[in-house]
Amino acid sequence: MQPFLITAEPLDPAPLVAYVTTPEDGAVVTFAGVARNHFGGRPTASLYYEAYAEMAVPVLVQIADEARSRWKVGRIAVHHRVGKLTIGETAVLVVVAAPHRHEAFEAAEYIMDRIKAIAPIWKQEHWADGEVEWRD
Amino acid sequence: MITVRVRFFAGHRDIVGQAEQTYEVADHATVAELWQTLVTAYPRLAGYTGRLLFAVNQTFVEPSAQLHQDDEVAFIPPVSGGTEDANAAVPYYC
Repeated sequence: MQPFLITAEPLDPAPLVAYVTTPEDGAVVTFAGVARNHFGGRPTASLYYEAYAEMAVPVLVQIADEARSRWKVGRIAVHHRVGKLTIGETAVLVVVAAPHRHEAFEAAEYIMDRIKAIAPIWKQEHWADGEVEWRD
Repeated sequence: MITVRVRFFAGHRDIVGQAEQTYEVADHATVAELWQTLVTAYPRLAGYTGRLLFAVNQTFVEPSAQLHQDDEVAFIPPVSGGTEDANAAVPYYC
């Protein structure tokens, strides 16, 4: 199991949860970002994600290191999907273990915010009316 | 002059029409100067100015970073049009 991964395959949280879970940590938070059928009141048909592959994984590792420097957390795993996603499919998984839940929740939210801010991954909205638009 | 390779992704690629291009720039040119050159060549890129991260050889750099021969340069807009998060400081916006 690679803790940090960009993949065109469907995402499954189970191996990530198994990876981060250790006897030292009493909290495991799993965040799943899921392809949603609307944005700003406009219906979405599907999403397409693209990554700068050579850079995206090192940036995910960097973001996890940032979280480790801010909270006492254990293992971290982040998988991000690329390619076409239908509504309801998981686009990103952020799984964080920590001794206590507050650190795990806060670190998971921080990691997700940072992914949206600096990870070289882009989302293209395929609107239900047929228009296509990069969300950048 | 030095030669650098520029990678274009997502909306940038749509505007430029290519996934990558090679550019000749002055010795000691900065990534910010290269971006201005691109905006001049492709005015539709101007809307991204001020909400970009710059990367050279897959590492974030500041706008003032100088380019070197054969560098790979990429311009990275936020994945979903900007961060709403105030405490996640984002370095190196250009």
